Amino acid sequence: MRDQSFAPGRALIYLVVSLLAAAWLAPLVVVILNSLRTNEEIAQGSMIGWPQHLAWSNYAIAWSGFCVAETCNGIRPYMLNSALVTIPATILSTLLGAVAGYAVSLWRFRGDNWIYGIVTLGLFLPQQMRLLPWTIVLRDIGLINSLTGLVLIHTIQGLSFTVLFCRNYYVAIPHELIRAARIDGAGFFRIFWRIILPLSPPILIVTVIWQFTHIWNEFLYGVTFTTGQQQPVTAALIALSAAVADIPKHGVQSAAVIIAALPTLLVYLLGGRYFVRGLTAGAVK
Amino acid sequence: MTNAVSKAVQPGRAATSEMVRRLPEFLMIWVPLLLSAAHLISFSIWTIWISFTPSTLIPVSGWVGLRNYTAVLASRNWQVAFDNLLLFGIAFVVLSLFTGLLLAILLDQRIRAENVLRSIFLYPLAVSFVVTGTVWSWLLNPGIGIEKLVHDLGWTAFHFDWLVNRDMAIWTIVIAAVWQSSGFAMALFLAGLRSVDADIIRAAQIDGAGPIRTYWRVILPTLWPITVTVIVIQLQFAISAFDLVRALTNGGPGIATQLPALVVYDLMFQRSQLGRGAAAAVLMLLILLAVLLPYAAWRYVQRRQSTHA
Repeated sequence: MRDQSFAPGRALIYLVVSLLAAAWLAPLVVVILNSLRTNEEIAQGSMIGWPQHLAWSNYAIAWSGFCVAETCNGIRPYMLNSALVTIPATILSTLLGAVAGYAVSLWRFRGDNWIYGIVTLGLFLPQQMRLLPWTIVLRDIGLINSLTGLVLIHTIQGLSFTVLFCRNYYVAIPHELIRAARIDGAGFFRIFWRIILPLSPPILIVTVIWQFTHIWNEFLYGVTFTTGQQQPVTAALIALSAAVADIPKHGVQSAAVIIAALPTLLVYLLGGRYFVRGLTAGAVK
Repeated sequence: MTNAVSKAVQPGRAATSEMVRRLPEFLMIWVPLLLSAAHLISFSIWTIWISFTPSTLIPVSGWVGLRNYTAVLASRNWQVAFDNLLLFGIAFVVLSLFTGLLLAILLDQRIRAENVLRSIFLYPLAVSFVVTGTVWSWLLNPGIGIEKLVHDLGWTAFHFDWLVNRDMAIWTIVIAAVWQSSGFAMALFLAGLRSVDADIIRAAQIDGAGPIRTYWRVILPTLWPITVTVIVIQLQFAISAFDLVRALTNGGPGIATQLPALVVYDLMFQRSQLGRGAAAAVLMLLILLAVLLPYAAWRYVQRRQSTHA
């Protein structure tokens, strides 16, 4: 079936696709190259160029040297903040989403469809509708400007996605399986541990990858509910660009950008298939 | 049966112990679901309520009718933001649909290295808008980006200053957004192309239709439902776009690339106009509903048709 014969049409297809791929990769390549050029070198030429000698020091400065506001610890503390928010929030929202998704799809209870419908509203409602109430609630419970506050927000808001993903996956599990287990006397948790969870790895991987990328990349909540040393890395990058606006340090900034993007890029490279599944699952349904 | 008997004998104790036994299950089901559902409903109502109060620095009670709304709608900031949203939304959706479809059709030609290419077109989606916005702000900056490069290469008449040009700056957002999310349209279209019945394609070929005709007449019409879904999701993204603009232009030059999400943030957290900020957020919701409600109705009709068929 495969048409391997050379034809002008196919050459054109390859040409167009290669050009487009080059355009898509260009921004990444430019930043990687810049992260290895000195600030002076960039200032003399443009952002687009080959490094004359590799300035690895940009990475050291970006990681732990440059100054934002009064502190000069580089991007390291903000990376740690992002990790301390993203990892617990990903685990919590995935676990709770799995249990709740199982409950609304297989356990069934009165009003489950209604609750499920309202929960998935969270996919559509703009974040801006919840900004003010979250600010007030976080302040009242003493979690404003804290990583715990961000974990709480991302866990609760993430449920809209995780419940949707898990529910749509669990719906396909035959109800007879659950019914048989119930007749044998198995309860909610026993069925979850013994039957549901062993069937879950494919959807849990999708959910974890989706939640991790989303929470790591999130900016609006980070910049609204935290300041200074408590900010996640996305907010710190914006603060860094503002801080160096007068004296550009594009080499160091590029290195910071690469470091900040690395965790999600790695997750994407390692679990691309699952990433795409999450993307399409979130879209179609 | 035995259960029913024991319940009949000792109704009170059995019911209580049953409830205690099922308490953990009850908590695990209801607490997360209720937290999620309740915060969505109550927070939305809360914001709507604040939008009708005279709140400025802190939320206060009171009723000012539509005053906040008329103030927001009359402000130059909102008018520019709304016009920008129209232009950005339409241009972004059209271009990303077109690019995504082109990419999907190209990748559907049984080309080599399809997996690598697909990964290349999708990677921007894995990266934060803050990161991609920052990178594009460098590339599009005439002082250090593409314009400077071309000048350094000797072509000094070259002009590409959209980022700092009031009339063109909004297009830089379109460029970056299309680059970022065409891969998403591609992924959905590709899934659609792959699910077209091979028999229909073969039948068209037997009838003598060439590849272009086959695509135009047979394959593309089947992508219609996916296209609508992509349009709605991309519009939803455009309406709430914040990070990308913040990193790329921060609404500037001046307020040339202002968008509703930036107006809301500005009113709430920079000008301490909570009532107006909430009103602007509700206006955003209304714009979103103008897109989502027709879509929901369309989906409903589609479902009914498919169940009747």
